[in-house]
Amino acid sequence: MSIIVYTESEKGKLKKTALEVVSYAKAIADQMGTSVTAVAINADNTESLGNYGASKVLSIKNDTLNTFNAKSYAAALAQAVKQEEAKVVVVSSSADSKYLAPLLAVGLDAGYASNVVEAPSSVAPFTVKRSAFTNKAFANIEITTDVKVVGLSNNSFGLVETGGSASVEDFSPAIPESGVSVESVDKATDKVSIADAEIVVSGGRGLKGPENWGMIEELAEVLGAATACSKPVSDLGWRPHSEHVGQTGKPVASNLYIAIGISGAIQHLAGINSSKVKVVINTDPEAPFFKAADYGVVGDAFEVVPKLIEKLKTFKVQNA
Amino acid sequence: MKILVCISHVPDTTSKINFTDGDTKFDTNGVQFVINPNDEFGLTRAMWFKEKQGASVAVVNVGGAETEPTLRKALAIGADNAIRVNTEAIDSFAVAKQLSKVVNDGGYDLVIAGRESIDYNGGMVPGMLAAMLDANYVTNCIGLEVDGTSAKAVREIDGGKETVSTSLPLVIGGQKGLVEESDLRIPNMRGIMMARKKPLTVLEPTDANAETKAVSFVKPAPKGAVKLVDADNIDELVNLLHNEAKVI
Repeated sequence: MSIIVYTESEKGKLKKTALEVVSYAKAIADQMGTSVTAVAINADNTESLGNYGASKVLSIKNDTLNTFNAKSYAAALAQAVKQEEAKVVVVSSSADSKYLAPLLAVGLDAGYASNVVEAPSSVAPFTVKRSAFTNKAFANIEITTDVKVVGLSNNSFGLVETGGSASVEDFSPAIPESGVSVESVDKATDKVSIADAEIVVSGGRGLKGPENWGMIEELAEVLGAATACSKPVSDLGWRPHSEHVGQTGKPVASNLYIAIGISGAIQHLAGINSSKVKVVINTDPEAPFFKAADYGVVGDAFEVVPKLIEKLKTFKVQNA
Repeated sequence: MKILVCISHVPDTTSKINFTDGDTKFDTNGVQFVINPNDEFGLTRAMWFKEKQGASVAVVNVGGAETEPTLRKALAIGADNAIRVNTEAIDSFAVAKQLSKVVNDGGYDLVIAGRESIDYNGGMVPGMLAAMLDANYVTNCIGLEVDGTSAKAVREIDGGKETVSTSLPLVIGGQKGLVEESDLRIPNMRGIMMARKKPLTVLEPTDANAETKAVSFVKPAPKGAVKLVDADNIDELVNLLHNEAKVI
C-alpha cells in the first residue's frame, strides 16, 4: 500500500531531483497514512533516501540497465508497484522520467498527471495542481483510476529532511526486450544541465557574438549555474541547440533565472516562466522581459556582468 | 512506408489564456488556433520522407469539427489525407486510445506526434499510444532516419543527446531539430487549393474512458512590478538575491 517513488541516479550517484521526489512522496504518504518506498536502479548510498522520508528502498542492480531505457525501466518500476501494491507512483520531470511515465501509466492502467507543482489538495478524490498552457495557467486535475502516477515539476517542492532512515532491499525484476538501444551518448559531463540546475544564466542576441560568452560562463561558474541561450542565439549557431530555452527549446524551472541581453519574446518567456525568480539585464528599458522579471538592471551587459561576477565572488568569500 | 502524423489544434502562443463556465473550460473566444509547433516539425520531417524515400503521409486529430481548418492547413503543407476522430479530447489517455484504433485500422508503420502540445503540455499521448500499440517509442526526438524497417533516432536528454537504433513500427515524440525552423513550410496558394480536394475522413469514436478530469483552471497570481536596480549599484542586486529572494 506504500507509495512508490522512482529515484534517478547518474553513474551511481543519486540526483538532487531524487531527493525532491522522495520529499514530495513523503508529503503524499502523510496525507494518506502510508509510507514511501523508493526504487533505485544501479545507485549507491540509497540508504540516504531515508533522510528525505523513504522508509524502504528497493535497490535494483542490473548491468543491462546501465544505460537508460524507457521500456525496461518502466517494466522494472511496474513490478515494484505490483509487489508493494502501491496506489501512487511519483516520478520527476526529467527527460528520462517523462519518457518512461506514459509507458508505466498504461502498463499499470493508471491515470497520469505530469508537471505537478504542489502536494495533492485532496487524496480522495485524488486531486493535484499542474501547470498548463505553457505556464500561463494551472489545472486542478482529478486522477480517477485506482493507481495514480504523478510527475512532479522540478524545483517545485524542494527538499525536506526528516532525519529518518530507510532499509535497503535487493530487488530483481524481469527485464523485457526493449526494441530501442542506445548507440552513443553525447553529453557534457563537467557541466550542470539546465534540467538539474537551481540557477540558470542565459544569454541573448544582445551579447553581439559567440566570442562574448566568456563572461556568461564565468558568471555561471561563480553561481554553480547552467548556461542557456535564447532561440536567435541557437539559430545563429552561436551556442548549441541543447542550450536553447523557450517554447520550442528546453523548459526551465530553476530557482533563479538570469537573462542577459534577452528582450523576452513571448515564446521565450513561455519556456522560462516557471522559474521562481527572474533577473533581467538589458540596455533597453522597454524590453518585454522587464514586465516578466522580478529584478531588473537597465544597463550594458558588458559593464554590468563583470561587476556582478566581481560582487558575487566577494559575496561568496564573505559567506563561505 | 505509411506515416501518420498526429496534429494537435492549439491556441497560438500569443493568445490570451482565459477560462469560462466557472473556470472549468478554456475560453476559445477570439483565440487563433494553429498546428501545435512540435507537431509541425514532425509533419515537415514526414514530408521529407515522402519526397525523398517514398511514403504516404496521413494526418489525424481527435476533436470536434472546429479543428478541421487546422487539418486542412496540414493538407496544404503536403499531407495526402486527413482523419478526424469526432469526439472531444478529454484527456491524454482517451486521445491515445482513439489514435491506437486509427493506427491499427490504417496499418501505419511510423507515427509522429509532438513531444507535447503547447496547451495542456501533458507530454503523454505519444508514449501512451506506443504502449497501447506495443510499438517502439522515442520522444524528445531531434533526428530521425528510416532505412527499410530499421530506424535511427536522436533523443535530446538532460545535458546532451543520445543516438538510438530501433525499428518500425515506431512512435516518435518530435520537436524542433527533427527539421530546422527554416525548413518549415508556409502553405502556398496551390497547396491551399489542392488541400480542398484532398480527403478528410471523419471517423466516429471508439469506446474510450478518460482516466483524469480537469476540475478547474486557475491563472497565476498577477506578478508584482519589476524591482529596478541601478547599474552602478550591483551590490544591491546581490543583496536582494541573497536576503529578499533567498536564491543565492
